[in-house]
Amino acid sequence: MTSRLLLPAALRRYADERNEVELTGSTLGAALDDLAQRNPQLERKLRDERGELRPHVLVFVDGVSVRTGAAMDTPVPDGAEVFVAPAVSGG
Amino acid sequence: MGLTILLVGTRKGLLIARSTDDRRTWSADDFLFRNQEVYSVAADLRRDTPRILAGVGTGHWGPLLTYSDDLGATWSEPEEPPIGFPAGSDASVARVWQIQPSTELEPDVVYAGVEPHALFRSEDGGKHFALVEGLWQHPHRPEWMPGGGGACLHTVLPHPTDPKDVMVVMSAAGVYRTRDGGESWSPANRGIQAAFLPEDQRFPEFGQCVHKVAFHPSRPDRLYAQNHFGVYRSDDRGDSWTPIESGLPSNFGFSLIVHPHRPGTLYSFPLRADAERFPPEAKCRVYRTENAGDHWEPLSAGLPEDPYYAAVLRDAMVADASDPAGVYFGTRLGEVYASRDDGDSWTMIASHLPDILSVRVAQLA
Repeated sequence: MTSRLLLPAALRRYADERNEVELTGSTLGAALDDLAQRNPQLERKLRDERGELRPHVLVFVDGVSVRTGAAMDTPVPDGAEVFVAPAVSGG
Repeated sequence: MGLTILLVGTRKGLLIARSTDDRRTWSADDFLFRNQEVYSVAADLRRDTPRILAGVGTGHWGPLLTYSDDLGATWSEPEEPPIGFPAGSDASVARVWQIQPSTELEPDVVYAGVEPHALFRSEDGGKHFALVEGLWQHPHRPEWMPGGGGACLHTVLPHPTDPKDVMVVMSAAGVYRTRDGGESWSPANRGIQAAFLPEDQRFPEFGQCVHKVAFHPSRPDRLYAQNHFGVYRSDDRGDSWTPIESGLPSNFGFSLIVHPHRPGTLYSFPLRADAERFPPEAKCRVYRTENAGDHWEPLSAGLPEDPYYAAVLRDAMVADASDPAGVYFGTRLGEVYASRDDGDSWTMIASHLPDILSVRVAQLA
């Protein structure tokens, strides 16, 4: 089960300046666990060491926000787009 | 003539200023880590190649602990995240408050104090850090409260001749000391008040909001503390503390440093109170004692005469290794002041910066 992780500009330096990387896993948690094995720097930008999404990171799986509920259990269908964005925050 | 590098961590990046004329004039690089907070920065001069380390808050993407071996031109971030709680600890590093290289006796050891209250130790010069479990598992930890800035371990003080003897300072937990290399820790707050507690409970075993502790390497048993209301000295490495406030306009503040060559000379930037974090009488003044706190005197030559309402944070004051010493402080108004004569006179060397969080200095041959 593979999907595409679409990266914002701020994270592309952790992916050889590419704007997307491939994920493997049938849930968001499994896909990010797989990413942690291959690219721990990038994974840690999205999740903290407890495996939770960082507070100001938005993730959409095929256009649906996964911030609420059991985010890591979200199914990631084959060929899905996993879109990451920084939430509008700060001052 | 050597190179002096001033590291200025701000709310929106790191500024590196350089002087090659014995600190008379300075030139600054462009901002590094733009729009990211730099709460902690350190220069590790124990290495053949000096290393600069920075604790950067990247906002959305979590904290970053990174280092440069070319004086800030390029920065490295290990492939494996350099700092983080081990699996199962149910905590995550929110901010790196302090980066403290240990002593010459263990040249690859670097400590990091973080939020939430925890100490990390690196044995590879700051590339990778491991949690000091003895402090994290301390039975007092569930009762440690966050200070106003957060649940921070903000100060690490390795003993200059005994690597197993380390003190840490946390808000609002107080001073703790290990003598066995971090396996066990004891509170060291006797005599320090917790002014925010009910009157009959103001001298607890722990829970004080100690803002900074400093000492001179030649006198490691004599410590100085700036507390949340109270300035103290200990002559027994923290077993007991007594007030040293004569001449100070207020006993509240954050920054406290010791002169590099005179163990009884200290510098402070007092603030009015916790509920009024302005300089007393709105006067921008550094206070200095030359007798280990028996009496303090204001230093004002070259400092602003207009009403001044900016604070100096706990790690935003530092002294270099020269004699007479260079003394530096950065304010929350984004100004940096420097003295080349032990604080007798001051010059503003930078202004209009973002809110200054940390200042460190390194002098290279």
